[in-house]
Amino acid sequence: MILFERVSKRYPNGREALTNVSFRIDSGEMVFLTGRSGAGKSTVLKLVALLERPTRGTVTVNGKSTGTLKARHIPAFRRQIGVVFQDHKLLADRPVFDNVALPLVVAGSPLKEVDKRVRAALDQVGLLGKERMLPAELSVGEQQRVGIARAVVSKPPLIIADEPTGNLDPDLSLEVMRLLRRFSDVGVTVLVATHDQHIVRELAKREIVLASGEIQGEGADALPHVVASK
Amino acid sequence: MRLEVYGTRHAQALLGSLGRLQRNPLATALTLLVIGLALALPAALGLFITNAQSATGGLGRAVDMSVYLQPGVPLAKAQQLAGAARQRPDVAQVTVIAADQGLAEFRQYSGFGAALDALKSNPLPNVLHVVPRRDATGAADLESLRRYFAAWPEVDVVQLDTEWVLRFNAILAVLRRLVLIAAVLLGAGVLAVVGNTIRLEILNRRAEIEVTKLVGGSNAFVRRPFLYTGLLYGLGGAALAWVILEAAVLVLDQPVATLAQLYGSRYALAGPSGPVLGALFGGGVALGWLGAWISAQRHLRSIEPQ
Repeated sequence: MILFERVSKRYPNGREALTNVSFRIDSGEMVFLTGRSGAGKSTVLKLVALLERPTRGTVTVNGKSTGTLKARHIPAFRRQIGVVFQDHKLLADRPVFDNVALPLVVAGSPLKEVDKRVRAALDQVGLLGKERMLPAELSVGEQQRVGIARAVVSKPPLIIADEPTGNLDPDLSLEVMRLLRRFSDVGVTVLVATHDQHIVRELAKREIVLASGEIQGEGADALPHVVASK
Repeated sequence: MRLEVYGTRHAQALLGSLGRLQRNPLATALTLLVIGLALALPAALGLFITNAQSATGGLGRAVDMSVYLQPGVPLAKAQQLAGAARQRPDVAQVTVIAADQGLAEFRQYSGFGAALDALKSNPLPNVLHVVPRRDATGAADLESLRRYFAAWPEVDVVQLDTEWVLRFNAILAVLRRLVLIAAVLLGAGVLAVVGNTIRLEILNRRAEIEVTKLVGGSNAFVRRPFLYTGLLYGLGGAALAWVILEAAVLVLDQPVATLAQLYGSRYALAGPSGPVLGALFGGGVALGWLGAWISAQRHLRSIEPQ
């Protein structure tokens, strides 16, 4: 599902965020990406979502190499990925329903289908009945669940999450992670960047540890997927 | 199915734009007012010219020439010359006014009947009254026709009776050019106003645009509501311009009728015609859409999710 081959990323300001990173994540896997701030976690996620392209090496997502994908094919590429943010990035002036429906609307789904799927997604995150509320009227944990509902509503084969529990207390964090695990249980590939070691231990999933832009090793549930780190 | 999805997307974008305009009534009204005035001005000038033309309609085309023959040229010769003139392709009509007939008319209309009786002979020459073809009433055409008659030895004087008509037509031509200039300048103004309004809205909705692109919204999808907003501005501005024109006609109607009456005419001011309205609405919509498109091209590309 995700394949990094000797990937380096240097930003225009000269900072090298990733150096020679290689790993592979199979379809249906749930993987944690850990490391301190600035270790390169966000850069890995940006390369996956095609917000950035690799400077060297190749990133293959869903069978497509991101380095050569034409700009006009990027929207279709992104529709295959559900993204969850630390600050959830909900539209404050739109009710919950509209926020969750956005990926379906941009994909041009028929209205009936949108209605059905949005309700199903809200049901999955336990927020059915709050469609008409504005994000500000919800608790922080609920807002994050709306963000997850938006990420899964179009049933993408891949979900990536950048510090999805960064603003949540431990109980809520665990709840959100379990929610994400449920999607991986039904075959969705899930890649989560987090620095919350407690949660990584609790869920006992494979862990890729980054330090200063390089793969330092595999945590807890180490698997032989890591090809090399240098 | 594909078409249905397409239609749904456009309907959503249109309704979204309408709703957004409606939620900021004051800002929307001000923008519409600026666009409406900019569209109304050249349209009003155009309307003025159309009215001026139709008010003087009969006169505007009454370009004719009087060719005075030398005294003593006999009537038969005058008939012969008239026959020759009729062969020219730029001549529509030649009437011979015999000297006797001219004197009779003069006697009748001038009131000098008794004084004329004192004359021993008819002092008037035979005259050819020449009407050029309608498509040959330009200054150059008339001049060449004048030279043609002036070259005949039997001709004394060629008088172009209606020089003021030429001047009037020239004034109208200048005014028409002015309308064109005003339309171009004010059209550019509409583009700028719509473009700037759309630019501000794009900046206001930056977060929304980023998220939309992040979940796979194409550039066309992101751009669409802004294009509809521009189109609605143009449409609304054109409608406002129409109202302004009709109101102006209403206000002017009475004094114009009074003026016409003083000239013994029943002329009534005409409002904007179908083609004028078509140009107004077509131009408004096109300018609004184009202004939004230019602005969206410039500003949307720079907004990419971080």
